[in-house]
Amino acid sequence: MKGGWFKSYTIVYLVFLYAPILLLPLFAFNNATTVAFPLEGFTTKWFGQLWTEPALHKALKNSLIIAVSSAVISTMLGIFAARASTRYRFPFKAPLMGLIMLPLVLPEVIVAVALLAVLLGLGVSLSIFTVILGHVLVCTPFAIAILSSAFQSLDQSLEEASYDLGESAVSTFRLIILPLVMPGIISALLITFTISLDEFIIAFFLAGNENTLPVYILGQFRFPQNIPVIMALGTILVCLSIALLATAEYFRRRGIAKTGGKDTGGFL
Amino acid sequence: MKITRKQRFRGSEAANGLAMISPTAFYAILLLAAPLAMIFLYSFWTDGYLTIIHQFQLCNYYGPCASYKEVDGILQPTQEYLGAWSDPLTRTLMLRSLYVSLTVTAVTVILAFPVAYFVSFYVEASRKSLWLFLITIPFWTSYLIRVFLWKVIIGYNGVINTGLLELGLISEPLSINYSINAVIITLAHAYAPFAILPIFVALEKIDRSFLEAGRDLGESPFMTFIRVTLPLAMPGVISAVLIVFIPTIGDYVTPLLVGGPEGKMVANMIELSFKKLDNYPRGAAIAISSMAMVLGVSLLFLFLNRRFLKGNKA
Repeated sequence: MKGGWFKSYTIVYLVFLYAPILLLPLFAFNNATTVAFPLEGFTTKWFGQLWTEPALHKALKNSLIIAVSSAVISTMLGIFAARASTRYRFPFKAPLMGLIMLPLVLPEVIVAVALLAVLLGLGVSLSIFTVILGHVLVCTPFAIAILSSAFQSLDQSLEEASYDLGESAVSTFRLIILPLVMPGIISALLITFTISLDEFIIAFFLAGNENTLPVYILGQFRFPQNIPVIMALGTILVCLSIALLATAEYFRRRGIAKTGGKDTGGFL
Repeated sequence: MKITRKQRFRGSEAANGLAMISPTAFYAILLLAAPLAMIFLYSFWTDGYLTIIHQFQLCNYYGPCASYKEVDGILQPTQEYLGAWSDPLTRTLMLRSLYVSLTVTAVTVILAFPVAYFVSFYVEASRKSLWLFLITIPFWTSYLIRVFLWKVIIGYNGVINTGLLELGLISEPLSINYSINAVIITLAHAYAPFAILPIFVALEKIDRSFLEAGRDLGESPFMTFIRVTLPLAMPGVISAVLIVFIPTIGDYVTPLLVGGPEGKMVANMIELSFKKLDNYPRGAAIAISSMAMVLGVSLLFLFLNRRFLKGNKA
């Protein structure tokens, strides 16, 4: 068969990639307090316990506020940058875009401590708000990567036609460009929401006395008896992320199809 | 009427572009460039009690150093410590982090290449996005829990040990957990999609007729791969290397959960300096030193591969 060896290798590789995620539900439904084999029967009690943890609910609420705010702000900032970089040529374009995209490769711990030092130096007390500031920084490059492909495939003659027919720049953006890139925007919102919800280190440094979901989860790893509950929580989170990502992928592809572009695949 | 330069600039493409990017650019300058510059300055300042004394010194990097506290208007040294490169523990952690990043990068990129190759060359065009989607999913899902589950997989009573014992391949459980190797395995898993995507993009750009030409001129499939495919894929391999290597050095969670005392990395030390020790200049010097190390290795790597990058533009 064509590419037989490569195909087998890729499948083994996928098993390696998915191994932890496949184990997660096994332990979440396992009727034992330790996370180990052999499994000891089926239970849903760990899921039931999720309803009785006030600290978890507080962390979840914080995480949702942070993720929604970060997603909206970083997608808006992403629209400006993606539009500017795909449509215009201007001085300092490369260094400015380089700086904006930098968090993509910069270790998050560096972003976290740099922000921490400056915010405390300015006398800003740590809260959910400071976490949002940090998350917007790391989410924006991903939003730009998705939105750029949406803006890239936009036909400029549509815009010119709109100007010729007497529309202003603002109404052209609202009536022509926005509807065409809307799927890209939805995709960017979902991806940035997922990233923010899962981000640990910036929240760990900048949340002060507040907990976010990942910070709460790390805290629970110290108590072995709480781990099955965390496995149940993890199962729900993984299902939620996969659903969000699948929706994002659907919109991303629809966006490219809508503007007549060619799908080069992948979010990055 | 004469048009001034200022009027010509307004409404021009450059002005529109700058206006359009300004919100994002301002955000990045205020909350990224300025804080990074600030951290750089901090690393040369002196640590005071709950404050920073703006006095230039190099001892956060090298040599004996001290924190000060103001007592009756006079600065008294309170806590003595060694600069990042003089302190044996910090130096060990920095060099270990560099070693871990280099190994993880090599393992990830080599293991990822065949996957990218398969998706680019053997998968039907219409199904490529589906494969890429499958590969990227694990990357976006609950990082902490994935790392924790690696601990379960490679632990003393873990999946691998139980499996091997059942099969009779080993008589005693292997101790992989809480070691540098555990950190390397877990990080290689976490960064896998980051390595596959850039290589895939580079492979997709290769004009397939070059490969046919190679074959027509009598090269074996293997030699065609070495002399045509690989050099053309190098820009993707280079991005993959950088995109895995640079962030890996700062990983905090993996060394904390699966590293044990032997597997701690520099991010754990940075966190300790900033949080528990409340010594920002020291933490800043460690952070800047690690970044300088990573930057140095990356530039060297780019320099060694410059011919591949140049060739791509032509």
